[in-house]
Amino acid sequence: MFNNFFHKLASPKYFYRISGALIPWLAGASLLLFLAGLYYGLVEAPTDYQQGDSYRIMFIHVPAAWMSLFIYMVMAGAGAIGLVWRIKLAEVIAISSAPIGASFTFLALVTGSIWGKPMWGTWWVWDARLTSELILLFLYLGVIALHGAIEDRRTAARAVAILALVGVINIPIIHYSVEWWNTLHQGPTVTKFDKPSIHISMLIPLLLMALAFKLYYAFVVLMRARVEVLERERSAGWVRELVETK
Amino acid sequence: MNLSEFLHMGGYAFYVWTSYAIALLILLVNIVMPLRQRRKVLTDIARAARRARRET
Repeated sequence: MFNNFFHKLASPKYFYRISGALIPWLAGASLLLFLAGLYYGLVEAPTDYQQGDSYRIMFIHVPAAWMSLFIYMVMAGAGAIGLVWRIKLAEVIAISSAPIGASFTFLALVTGSIWGKPMWGTWWVWDARLTSELILLFLYLGVIALHGAIEDRRTAARAVAILALVGVINIPIIHYSVEWWNTLHQGPTVTKFDKPSIHISMLIPLLLMALAFKLYYAFVVLMRARVEVLERERSAGWVRELVETK
Repeated sequence: MNLSEFLHMGGYAFYVWTSYAIALLILLVNIVMPLRQRRKVLTDIARAARRARRET
Protein backbone atom coordinates (compact mmCIF):
# COMPACT_ATOMS: atom_id res chain seq x y z
CA MET A 1 0.00 0.00 0.00
CA PHE A 2 2.79 2.43 0.95
CA ASN A 3 4.71 1.45 -2.12
CA ASN A 4 1.69 2.21 -4.20
CA PHE A 5 1.28 5.59 -2.53
CA PHE A 6 4.87 6.62 -3.28
CA HIS A 7 4.59 5.46 -6.85
CA LYS A 8 1.52 7.59 -7.30
CA LEU A 9 3.12 10.55 -5.56
CA ALA A 10 6.17 10.30 -7.80
CA SER A 11 4.00 10.44 -10.89
CA PRO A 12 3.98 14.02 -12.18
CA LYS A 13 0.22 14.27 -12.39
CA TYR A 14 -0.41 13.30 -8.75
CA PHE A 15 2.50 15.36 -7.57
CA TYR A 16 1.06 18.37 -9.35
CA ARG A 17 -2.32 17.91 -7.69
CA ILE A 18 -1.12 17.10 -4.17
CA SER A 19 1.48 19.86 -4.10
CA GLY A 20 -1.13 22.32 -5.32
CA ALA A 21 -3.33 21.46 -2.35
CA LEU A 22 -0.39 21.59 0.09
CA ILE A 23 1.12 24.95 -0.87
CA PRO A 24 -1.48 27.27 0.72
CA TRP A 25 -1.22 25.43 4.06
CA LEU A 26 2.57 25.51 4.09
CA ALA A 27 2.55 29.17 3.08
CA GLY A 28 0.04 30.05 5.82
CA ALA A 29 1.94 28.15 8.51
CA SER A 30 5.20 29.73 7.41
CA LEU A 31 3.69 33.22 7.53
CA LEU A 32 2.35 32.67 11.07
CA LEU A 33 5.75 31.42 12.24
CA PHE A 34 7.49 34.39 10.64
CA LEU A 35 5.15 36.80 12.42
CA ALA A 36 5.65 35.05 15.76
CA GLY A 37 9.42 34.89 15.22
CA LEU A 38 9.57 38.59 14.31
CA TYR A 39 7.52 39.55 17.35
CA TYR A 40 9.60 37.55 19.82
CA GLY A 41 12.85 38.39 18.05
CA LEU A 42 12.43 42.13 17.58
CA VAL A 43 10.11 43.06 20.46
CA GLU A 44 10.23 40.51 23.26
CA ALA A 45 13.84 39.34 23.22
CA PRO A 46 16.07 41.51 25.44
CA THR A 47 19.02 43.55 24.20
CA ASP A 48 22.28 41.59 24.24
CA TYR A 49 24.71 42.73 26.94
CA GLN A 50 27.68 42.59 24.56
CA GLN A 51 26.31 43.27 21.09
CA GLY A 52 23.40 45.57 21.88
CA ASP A 53 20.54 45.31 19.42
CA SER A 54 22.79 44.42 16.48
CA TYR A 55 22.53 40.77 17.50
CA ARG A 56 18.92 40.75 16.22
CA ILE A 57 20.40 40.24 12.75
CA MET A 58 21.01 36.71 14.03
CA PHE A 59 17.31 35.85 13.65
CA ILE A 60 17.75 36.20 9.87
CA HIS A 61 21.41 35.31 9.49
CA VAL A 62 21.48 32.00 11.37
CA PRO A 63 18.30 30.45 9.85
CA ALA A 64 19.44 31.56 6.38
CA ALA A 65 22.84 29.94 6.93
CA TRP A 66 21.25 26.74 8.27
CA MET A 67 18.94 26.62 5.25
CA SER A 68 21.84 27.17 2.86
CA LEU A 69 23.34 23.90 4.15
CA PHE A 70 20.02 22.04 4.51
CA ILE A 71 18.86 22.90 0.99
CA TYR A 72 22.21 21.84 -0.40
CA MET A 73 21.81 18.44 1.24
CA VAL A 74 18.26 18.14 -0.13
CA MET A 75 19.51 19.07 -3.58
CA ALA A 76 22.41 16.60 -3.51
CA GLY A 77 20.21 13.87 -1.95
CA ALA A 78 17.43 14.32 -4.50
CA GLY A 79 20.05 14.45 -7.24
CA ALA A 80 21.50 11.14 -6.06
CA ILE A 81 18.04 9.53 -5.96
CA GLY A 82 17.41 10.76 -9.48
CA LEU A 83 20.78 9.43 -10.59
CA VAL A 84 20.34 5.96 -9.07
CA TRP A 85 16.62 5.26 -9.49
CA ARG A 86 15.87 7.58 -12.40
CA ILE A 87 12.95 9.13 -10.56
CA LYS A 88 11.98 12.23 -12.51
CA LEU A 89 10.42 13.93 -9.53
CA ALA A 90 13.72 13.72 -7.62
CA GLU A 91 15.46 15.46 -10.52
CA VAL A 92 12.79 18.14 -10.45
CA ILE A 93 13.19 18.72 -6.70
CA ALA A 94 16.98 18.88 -7.05
CA ILE A 95 17.02 21.54 -9.74
CA SER A 96 14.14 23.50 -8.18
CA SER A 97 16.11 23.73 -4.93
CA ALA A 98 19.18 25.36 -6.49
CA PRO A 99 17.97 28.95 -6.92
CA ILE A 100 16.32 28.96 -3.49
CA GLY A 101 19.46 27.61 -1.85
CA ALA A 102 21.54 30.19 -3.70
CA SER A 103 19.30 33.00 -2.46
CA PHE A 104 19.56 31.81 1.17
CA THR A 105 23.33 31.50 0.88
CA PHE A 106 23.45 35.03 -0.50
CA LEU A 107 21.22 36.21 2.37
CA ALA A 108 23.47 34.52 4.96
CA LEU A 109 26.57 36.14 3.44
CA VAL A 110 25.04 39.60 3.15
CA THR A 111 23.49 39.68 6.63
CA GLY A 112 26.74 38.28 8.03
CA SER A 113 28.60 41.09 6.34
CA ILE A 114 26.17 43.71 7.66
CA TRP A 115 26.49 42.21 11.14
CA GLY A 116 30.28 41.99 10.85
CA LYS A 117 30.73 45.68 10.12
CA PRO A 118 29.62 47.01 13.55
CA MET A 119 30.87 43.97 15.52
CA TRP A 120 34.20 43.10 13.88
CA GLY A 121 34.87 46.45 12.24
CA THR A 122 34.97 44.95 8.75
CA TRP A 123 32.48 43.85 6.10
CA TRP A 124 34.52 40.82 5.07
CA VAL A 125 37.49 38.68 6.08
CA TRP A 126 38.92 35.77 4.11
CA ASP A 127 38.58 33.31 6.96
CA ALA A 128 37.46 29.69 6.72
CA ARG A 129 33.77 30.14 7.58
CA LEU A 130 33.14 33.04 5.25
CA THR A 131 35.20 31.64 2.40
CA SER A 132 33.63 28.17 2.53
CA GLU A 133 30.14 29.74 2.59
CA LEU A 134 31.09 31.82 -0.45
CA ILE A 135 32.21 28.62 -2.19
CA LEU A 136 28.77 27.21 -1.40
CA LEU A 137 27.20 30.13 -3.26
CA PHE A 138 29.44 29.40 -6.25
CA LEU A 139 28.44 25.72 -6.12
CA TYR A 140 24.76 26.69 -6.29
CA LEU A 141 25.44 29.10 -9.16
CA GLY A 142 27.46 26.39 -10.90
CA VAL A 143 24.53 23.98 -10.61
CA ILE A 144 22.14 26.58 -12.09
CA ALA A 145 24.51 27.46 -14.92
CA LEU A 146 25.24 23.82 -15.75
CA HIS A 147 21.54 23.00 -15.85
CA GLY A 148 20.89 25.95 -18.14
CA ALA A 149 23.74 24.98 -20.47
CA ILE A 150 22.48 21.48 -21.31
CA GLU A 151 19.50 21.31 -23.62
CA ASP A 152 18.23 17.83 -22.76
CA ARG A 153 16.55 18.00 -19.36
CA ARG A 154 17.44 14.49 -18.22
CA THR A 155 21.08 14.79 -19.22
CA ALA A 156 21.15 18.16 -17.46
CA ALA A 157 19.67 16.61 -14.32
CA ARG A 158 22.36 13.92 -14.25
CA ALA A 159 25.19 16.39 -14.76
CA VAL A 160 23.77 18.64 -12.05
CA ALA A 161 23.43 15.73 -9.60
CA ILE A 162 27.08 14.77 -10.05
CA LEU A 163 28.26 18.35 -9.53
CA ALA A 164 26.05 18.68 -6.44
CA LEU A 165 27.36 15.41 -4.99
CA VAL A 166 30.99 16.41 -5.47
CA GLY A 167 30.22 19.70 -3.73
CA VAL A 168 28.90 17.90 -0.62
CA ILE A 169 32.52 17.81 0.60
CA ASN A 170 32.12 21.54 1.34
CA ILE A 171 29.25 21.03 3.80
CA PRO A 172 31.21 19.57 6.76
CA ILE A 173 33.97 22.08 6.00
CA ILE A 174 31.51 24.94 6.49
CA HIS A 175 30.05 23.38 9.62
CA TYR A 176 33.34 22.64 11.37
CA SER A 177 35.28 25.60 9.97
CA VAL A 178 34.82 27.59 13.19
CA GLU A 179 36.36 24.73 15.18
CA TRP A 180 39.14 23.69 12.80
CA TRP A 181 40.52 27.15 12.09
CA ASN A 182 40.97 30.33 14.03
CA THR A 183 38.35 32.76 12.92
CA LEU A 184 36.54 35.96 13.75
CA HIS A 185 33.29 34.06 13.38
CA GLN A 186 31.85 32.92 16.69
CA GLY A 187 31.53 29.23 17.45
CA PRO A 188 28.26 27.33 17.52
CA THR A 189 25.89 28.27 20.34
CA VAL A 190 22.90 26.12 19.46
CA THR A 191 24.04 23.01 17.60
CA LYS A 192 26.51 21.69 20.12
CA PHE A 193 26.00 18.64 22.21
CA ASP A 194 25.87 20.08 25.71
CA LYS A 195 23.40 22.76 26.66
CA PRO A 196 23.02 25.57 24.12
CA SER A 197 24.81 28.69 25.37
CA ILE A 198 22.07 31.02 24.23
CA HIS A 199 19.38 32.32 26.54
CA ILE A 200 15.90 30.88 26.12
CA SER A 201 14.42 34.31 25.32
CA MET A 202 16.68 34.47 22.26
CA LEU A 203 16.55 30.77 21.45
CA ILE A 204 12.75 30.73 21.04
CA PRO A 205 12.59 33.41 18.30
CA LEU A 206 15.61 31.81 16.62
CA LEU A 207 13.88 28.44 16.45
CA LEU A 208 10.60 30.04 15.32
CA MET A 209 12.41 31.79 12.49
CA ALA A 210 14.31 28.62 11.59
CA LEU A 211 11.04 26.69 11.35
CA ALA A 212 9.44 29.51 9.35
CA PHE A 213 12.33 29.43 6.87
CA LYS A 214 12.02 25.67 6.58
CA LEU A 215 8.29 25.78 5.77
CA TYR A 216 8.93 28.69 3.45
CA TYR A 217 11.46 26.59 1.56
CA ALA A 218 8.97 23.72 1.42
CA PHE A 219 6.32 25.80 -0.28
CA VAL A 220 8.53 27.74 -2.67
CA VAL A 221 10.34 24.59 -3.78
CA LEU A 222 6.95 23.01 -4.51
CA MET A 223 5.94 26.11 -6.50
CA ARG A 224 9.10 25.85 -8.60
CA ALA A 225 8.81 22.08 -8.94
CA ARG A 226 5.25 22.41 -10.27
CA VAL A 227 6.39 24.78 -13.02
CA GLU A 228 9.26 22.44 -13.88
CA VAL A 229 6.82 19.49 -14.03
CA LEU A 230 4.51 21.45 -16.36
CA GLU A 231 7.40 22.20 -18.70
CA ARG A 232 8.64 18.62 -18.72
CA GLU A 233 5.17 17.13 -19.21
CA ARG A 234 3.92 19.72 -21.67
CA SER A 235 2.87 17.07 -24.20
CA ALA A 236 1.09 14.87 -21.63
CA GLY A 237 -2.70 14.62 -21.78
CA TRP A 238 -3.35 15.99 -18.29
CA VAL A 239 -1.28 19.13 -18.94
CA ARG A 240 -3.24 19.84 -22.12
CA GLU A 241 -6.51 19.40 -20.26
CA LEU A 242 -5.26 21.74 -17.58
CA VAL A 243 -4.34 24.40 -20.10
CA GLU A 244 -7.61 24.08 -21.98
CA THR A 245 -9.82 24.37 -18.92
CA LYS A 246 -8.04 27.53 -17.89
CA MET B 1 9.53 50.82 24.89
CA ASN B 2 8.12 53.35 22.43
CA LEU B 3 8.12 53.20 18.65
CA SER B 4 11.04 55.52 17.92
CA GLU B 5 13.15 53.64 20.43
CA PHE B 6 12.17 50.41 18.70
CA LEU B 7 13.09 51.79 15.27
CA HIS B 8 16.36 53.14 16.64
CA MET B 9 17.52 49.60 17.59
CA GLY B 10 19.99 50.92 20.15
CA GLY B 11 21.92 52.76 17.45
CA TYR B 12 22.11 49.78 15.10
CA ALA B 13 19.01 50.74 13.09
CA PHE B 14 20.86 50.88 9.77
CA TYR B 15 22.39 47.42 10.16
CA VAL B 16 19.34 45.69 11.62
CA TRP B 17 16.74 47.13 9.25
CA THR B 18 18.90 46.73 6.15
CA SER B 19 19.29 43.04 7.00
CA TYR B 20 15.55 42.56 7.51
CA ALA B 21 14.71 44.51 4.34
CA ILE B 22 17.05 42.38 2.22
CA ALA B 23 15.57 39.24 3.77
CA LEU B 24 12.05 40.38 2.94
CA LEU B 25 13.06 41.21 -0.62
CA ILE B 26 14.63 37.79 -1.14
CA LEU B 27 11.61 36.00 0.33
CA LEU B 28 9.29 37.91 -2.01
CA VAL B 29 11.44 37.34 -5.11
CA ASN B 30 11.39 33.59 -4.45
CA ILE B 31 7.58 33.68 -4.52
CA VAL B 32 7.16 36.01 -7.50
CA MET B 33 9.63 34.24 -9.78
CA PRO B 34 7.84 30.86 -9.97
CA LEU B 35 4.47 32.63 -10.33
CA ARG B 36 5.70 34.54 -13.38
CA GLN B 37 7.44 31.48 -14.77
CA ARG B 38 4.25 29.47 -14.36
CA ARG B 39 2.18 32.00 -16.30
CA LYS B 40 4.77 32.03 -19.06
CA VAL B 41 4.85 28.22 -19.32
CA LEU B 42 1.05 27.96 -19.38
CA THR B 43 0.69 30.54 -22.17
CA ASP B 44 3.51 28.81 -24.09
CA ILE B 45 1.75 25.45 -23.88
CA ALA B 46 -1.62 26.97 -24.83
CA ARG B 47 -0.09 28.72 -27.84
CA ALA B 48 1.59 25.50 -28.99
CA ALA B 49 -1.71 23.62 -28.64
CA ARG B 50 -3.56 26.23 -30.71
CA ARG B 51 -0.91 26.06 -33.41
CA ALA B 52 -1.11 22.26 -33.47
CA ARG B 53 -4.90 22.43 -33.86
CA ARG B 54 -4.65 24.85 -36.76
CA GLU B 55 -2.20 22.65 -38.58
CA THR B 56 -4.35 19.52 -38.43
